[in-house]
Amino acid sequence: MDQQTGSHAAAQNRTVVERKGDRELVVTRVFDALPSTVFAAWSRPELFRQWWMPKSVTGVSLLSCDMDVRTGGKYSLEFGAGDQTMTFYGKYLEVIPNVRIVWTNDEGDEGAVTTVTFEEHGGKTLLTFHELYPSREALEEAMTGSAAGLPEQMDQLEELLSGKA
Amino acid sequence: MVQYVTPSLDLSFAALSDATRRGIIDHLGRADASITSLAEKFRMTLTGMKKHVAVLERAGFVMTEKVGRVRTCRLGQGGLAAEAEWIEAHRKLFEARFDALDQVILEMKQEQDDGSANG
Repeated sequence: MDQQTGSHAAAQNRTVVERKGDRELVVTRVFDALPSTVFAAWSRPELFRQWWMPKSVTGVSLLSCDMDVRTGGKYSLEFGAGDQTMTFYGKYLEVIPNVRIVWTNDEGDEGAVTTVTFEEHGGKTLLTFHELYPSREALEEAMTGSAAGLPEQMDQLEELLSGKA
Repeated sequence: MVQYVTPSLDLSFAALSDATRRGIIDHLGRADASITSLAEKFRMTLTGMKKHVAVLERAGFVMTEKVGRVRTCRLGQGGLAAEAEWIEAHRKLFEARFDALDQVILEMKQEQDDGSANG
């Protein structure tokens, strides 16, 4: 029973990724700032673009970043890796400043709905990033399709884990 | 709140949480190996290596076969690996992302502090 639980790990500023049930992916992390600060870093494009796709780690550049972060607003993010580009887009279903952002992922047929929540705990923020897929099949499609669909930042890990190096 | 995580995923997480075990998978990706040679390669006791291989075997990453006195290990073929791989890939991406976000937040807080000190 000494296995690390999500909340325990999150309290140590660790990034925790869990699959829940058949259709959900949940990522948690604690940030040492109030929700208003963390929310600003998520909702202001000039701040968001500084961290969403860290090029030094992922090898992918965020080429453009249009975000109208309010309920009913739209976003469009264009990424580049090598000579390839890919655009991710969707709309914000719900935006409650400093509390919650919910958006769609419309670039695919069965995209997930993403919910990010900001909860204050003793001056810090527990951030939960939650993806809900429309069906079990959609989540599994995302998993099996990841080798082809995800950009090259995953290649190294994929090689390590699959042994096809 | 009850959290539902499939048992197989728990095993995968546990299997991949250890650097030696990730190294074993990497090594077996290039060539099959006996437990003895893995123990030598990773400089640990035979007993220690057997435990690591058993964890990987339960999670479906590795298969073993005993012929005579030699137990040979090779990569498993299960679909589990793809699922664990996907989760681990997400974890890696979000860790990098959130480390960068930590930096942005640190700068924002410094600016806020500077602002309140000056004004």
